[in-house]
Amino acid sequence: MNPDLVKMIFGRLNLEALPLHEPILVGTFAVVATGGLALFAIVTYFRLWTYLWREWFTTVDHKRIGIMYMILGIVMLLRGFADALMMRLQQAIAFNGSDGYLPAHHYDQVFTAHGVIMIFFVAMPLVTGLMNYVVPLQIGARDVSFPFLNNFSFWMTVGGAVLVMMSLFVGEFARTGWLAYPPLSNIGYSPDVGVDYYIWGLQVAGVGTTLSGINLVCTIVKLRAPGMTMMKMPVFTWTSLCTNVLIVASFPVLTAVLALLSLDRYVGTNFFTNDFGGNPMMYVNLIWIWGHPEVYILVLPAFGIFSEVTATFSGKRLFGYTSMVYATVVITILSYLVWLHHFFTMGSGASVNSFFGITTMIISIPTGAKMFNWLFTMYRGRIRFELPMMWTVAFMLTFVIGGMTGVLLAVPPADFVLHNSLFLIAHFHNVIIGGVLFGLFAGINYWFPKAFGFRLDPFWGKLSFWFWVSGFYFAFMPLYVLGLMGVTRRLRVFDDPSLQIWFVIAAFGAFLILLGIGAMLMQFAVSILRREQLKDTTGDPWNARTLEWATSSPPPDYNFAFTPVVYDNDAWWDMKRRGYKRPLGGFKPIHMPSNTGTGIILAGFATVMGFALIWYIWWLAAVSFVALLAVAIGHTFNYHRDFHIPADEVVRTEDARTRVLAAGAQT
Amino acid sequence: MTSDSHALHSDTHDHGHDDHGGAAHGSLKSYLIGFGLSVILTAIPFWLVMTGAIADKAVTALIVLVLAAVQIVVHMIYFLHMNTRSENGWTMMAMIFTVIMVVIALTGSLWVMHHLNINMMPMHDMSQMP
Repeated sequence: MNPDLVKMIFGRLNLEALPLHEPILVGTFAVVATGGLALFAIVTYFRLWTYLWREWFTTVDHKRIGIMYMILGIVMLLRGFADALMMRLQQAIAFNGSDGYLPAHHYDQVFTAHGVIMIFFVAMPLVTGLMNYVVPLQIGARDVSFPFLNNFSFWMTVGGAVLVMMSLFVGEFARTGWLAYPPLSNIGYSPDVGVDYYIWGLQVAGVGTTLSGINLVCTIVKLRAPGMTMMKMPVFTWTSLCTNVLIVASFPVLTAVLALLSLDRYVGTNFFTNDFGGNPMMYVNLIWIWGHPEVYILVLPAFGIFSEVTATFSGKRLFGYTSMVYATVVITILSYLVWLHHFFTMGSGASVNSFFGITTMIISIPTGAKMFNWLFTMYRGRIRFELPMMWTVAFMLTFVIGGMTGVLLAVPPADFVLHNSLFLIAHFHNVIIGGVLFGLFAGINYWFPKAFGFRLDPFWGKLSFWFWVSGFYFAFMPLYVLGLMGVTRRLRVFDDPSLQIWFVIAAFGAFLILLGIGAMLMQFAVSILRREQLKDTTGDPWNARTLEWATSSPPPDYNFAFTPVVYDNDAWWDMKRRGYKRPLGGFKPIHMPSNTGTGIILAGFATVMGFALIWYIWWLAAVSFVALLAVAIGHTFNYHRDFHIPADEVVRTEDARTRVLAAGAQT
Repeated sequence: MTSDSHALHSDTHDHGHDDHGGAAHGSLKSYLIGFGLSVILTAIPFWLVMTGAIADKAVTALIVLVLAAVQIVVHMIYFLHMNTRSENGWTMMAMIFTVIMVVIALTGSLWVMHHLNINMMPMHDMSQMP
């Protein structure tokens, strides 16, 4: 065939893009393909495709979308963790002249993919999923403000994840580190598709994140139950509001800076090149204007989860609600004033460095205030050490260590020694695992009975907890030591054999975390099998305080038959104290949004377009872009957007709950 | 507001009722004023640049920037109907927050990049470039 024609049809995609020469990737592909085929076969055998499409893929219900976000996050956690394990193994054996088992070309992709996946496709979906599920319930709303947009946002996030996963088997991923600094990420030094996978994966997912941020801000501002003033909102809703404000304000910066980078790569502009007036330092500056708020985007909802969990399991009102809210708002603003601490060593000089060093240290004040609020909430409380509370205590111990090493790094002279070392790696894993991940696990254990109507199994949960926590300390404390000795990050082989023992300990820690993840998956499986024993019929298994516990578990499609009226923060606690009676009659038809497949179709076209742009398949990019616009415009003519749940169906649902509650009260 | 969001308001809301949260709709007159001001504020910079009326280019650039900023305000008042009352003050709050963020990002970047250029790029002279 004519090579020009082939090039026109397939761009730079050819058979060499398949990594057949890399046995590790071929093996991985075999496993993934077998697993995928098995899943496909099971779904087909049980004729679940129609069910999945109608009830899940096209759903506009915030609860189901939240659950799908969680599943995406957990699946991607397995991928991101596999990368982590590979790195730990490589660094543990690459001593005494051994090259380890990963070639440099592959190793560089692994550490890049690990960072990108863990931040964008594990932490973000898990955080967004919990906010999606919990926030509308906590404020007594029927759904988010824009239910269709919510579905579309989710599928765009999936589209980004699909592109990143695709790079494993078609072509390759970036070898630049997770923020893809130019000039390395420019076309001259990274001519292959890796950085393009990075750019389009993040751009597609970024659309989803930004839209979901707008959606949740709007939900919290507009759809609160009557009586819930801003200062009566649950703390998790407050932190979610601040997080989504941060998303709306910072993600456009990421979009813009990646767009500039793609212009450099695709059409030969010189924004971030070394000559013709370009300046790669501007990229570093801009990406951290997004990047620093991003870490607060992740950790603020975790702070909210801890606040809910501490108050519930101590049986007390949260200590210092007002100061908690103000601390959250102050952190939100301050998170925009510290970005330069990520590049103290780039040469901005004493005045700039001291300003950003001081603002960074100031952030520890509101964070410390939060810590004391949680401690005072626990003080003289009747603490129940259920799983969510265990994760919270582990967080408090671990996060304080991570926070203190953070303040250490905020001192510019110290940063000149520690920058880019394993000390930094240990620090941010200490705050992200100890803060964000422990928070998410607390949240998953806390809200799981709300979402599914049965608790998670405590035995496997505790096993997972101890493996995770001890594994974390084994894996990252050695990195502090190594970092203080001057070992830099992202190294593939080592000359000094005396360092090996520390890397072996870290690898052991990673293995413990592997057991922790395994125990967590077991926990899900065992809980599903034992769901009858773990069943909760009350809808309020923890004797909790906020509105989401006022409805049944799982909540009906419409969340609340009547919108609750709020008189106090801790609205549900207040209702219980005042002897609240569930309304048993007078139900009306409920106006609800209809499901639509437009979101998944739009995201599918966006993903195809991303793939086409990565491989320079211009015709496909144009076709999918036109299709994207056509479907989006077509959707505006869809007038079947809403329906009413008839009153007798509401009556049936509520009567069933009445019977379940009565049966529960008798036993 | 789309019909999506209506579905979630409490049932007391009439379906199809357009809820603008208290923001003014604007009249033909206010749109024409906004349009006229925008045209004038766009024409002046063009005139300045095309005719070179002011010899100093830095002064010209500064004036163009100031007029652009004024035009942003004109758009917000006449086309986006922003005032202190709409949406219980949320619009104004969002506006103030946005301004703070943009000011932080712009001044911060200029400050940081200025220092970086001085300290790290001693040969940064475009006239020497090919």
